[in-house]
Amino acid sequence: MSLAVRVIPCLDVDGGRVVKGINFLDLRDAGDPVELARTYDAEGADELTFLDISASHEGRATTMEIVSRTAEEVFIPLTVGGGISSVDDVDRLLRAGADKIAVNTAAIHRPELVAEIADRFGNQVLVLSVDARRVTAGGASTDSGWEVTTHGGRKSAGLDAIEWARRAADLGAGEILLNAMDADGTQDGFDLDLIAAVRREVTIPVIASGGAGAVEHFAPAVDAGADAVLAATVFHFGTLRISDVKGALARAGHPVR
Amino acid sequence: MSPARPQVVVLDYGSGNVRSVVRAVERAGARVTLTPDFDTALEADGLVVPGVGAYAACMAGLRAVKGERIIGRRLAGGRPVLGICVGMQVLFDAGVEHGVTTEGCSEWPGVVSRLQAPVVPHMGWNTVEVPDETSLFSGIAHERFYFVHSYGAREWVLETNDRTRAPLVTWAEHGGDRFVAAVENGPLSATQFHPEKSGDAGAALLRNWVAAL
Repeated sequence: MSLAVRVIPCLDVDGGRVVKGINFLDLRDAGDPVELARTYDAEGADELTFLDISASHEGRATTMEIVSRTAEEVFIPLTVGGGISSVDDVDRLLRAGADKIAVNTAAIHRPELVAEIADRFGNQVLVLSVDARRVTAGGASTDSGWEVTTHGGRKSAGLDAIEWARRAADLGAGEILLNAMDADGTQDGFDLDLIAAVRREVTIPVIASGGAGAVEHFAPAVDAGADAVLAATVFHFGTLRISDVKGALARAGHPVR
Repeated sequence: MSPARPQVVVLDYGSGNVRSVVRAVERAGARVTLTPDFDTALEADGLVVPGVGAYAACMAGLRAVKGERIIGRRLAGGRPVLGICVGMQVLFDAGVEHGVTTEGCSEWPGVVSRLQAPVVPHMGWNTVEVPDETSLFSGIAHERFYFVHSYGAREWVLETNDRTRAPLVTWAEHGGDRFVAAVENGPLSATQFHPEKSGDAGAALLRNWVAAL
């Protein structure tokens, strides 16, 4: 036996409410992140990720309450990402009950942030979220052919995605959340080349995200080197159930919980 | 006859997310106080020592509240203590991180060192090898538990003779490396994994611990 492949649903939260619709279960309040967290826990989710997309301070304060309530009711690990730009932000979220935090844009602007967080709280709390895509013709080239993007994949950050993942791991990131922007939303499957390219360069866990559309898509991502798989829409809309994804992984020979 | 719920102190020494530990132990049937207070921690029916982050930082925090003395005096009086994650690691002689050795509480001989596996941290749900005589894992020996750590007790070196009862050691494996996942040693228990993050299996383990207080 060995470590189970983690299956992680991701909830987009704005001002304390889940943004993308949830329509597969008979929930009293499909917009309540706490109730959804409980539901996914019961469905067999191995971890939960909240992505805070609130634009306002009020919205972020509400997210903090949601994190607290979730941590008091759901006893699986909770990662919170979105708008984290300082050690103090991390401190507040961990105190509220988050187990891990995900940083993205702020670390691109100021890579030392990765080391600051890891030094203070340990690298196990720090997930580096990388929005990566293939360099397109006419774009600035990178050694690996992959680049980091910001603004939901609309802007190039001018960084080699593979080199960035390696550097962040050296700086103290405990895990890479690898979002394949080319595959995101296609439901055509994970970007296996991207997963393999990052796996070759880092020895910390890699969470594959972007492109999941069918249960058969998950095992190839693990074969390519992912330690965990994350998805949002396919779980929220009931296209896929967590237990079905785990069943498909198990049939492919991967251990699951 | 309904016994009163046991009183448990979760030792508050500035280590990470303790909210989940408090809630999980409450849910397991205890009344829980989160405090760094020496006397309260000494007198409780059970003491939980949580811990995340760096070994050196945890030991510094623990020393600041005289945590190693609290643990030592409780154990001398046969009073239960449960260490979790780095709260387990600090029970050994020492921890070695980034080439720096930090002295631990020395309740058990042995050193905590970096895991030798292709992917570190060891993060996620893993199986454990539980000894038959276990009470902590009663009913849950075949479940998976949530681990997140880069260091571990990769050897168990405590020698026992036939007059002392040998501690029960539970093991886990990751990427070819083996390390201590839990210890049951009279009043002193500890887990490398996080029972408070291990769903129903972790809740059952905490109930087993609380029920024995």
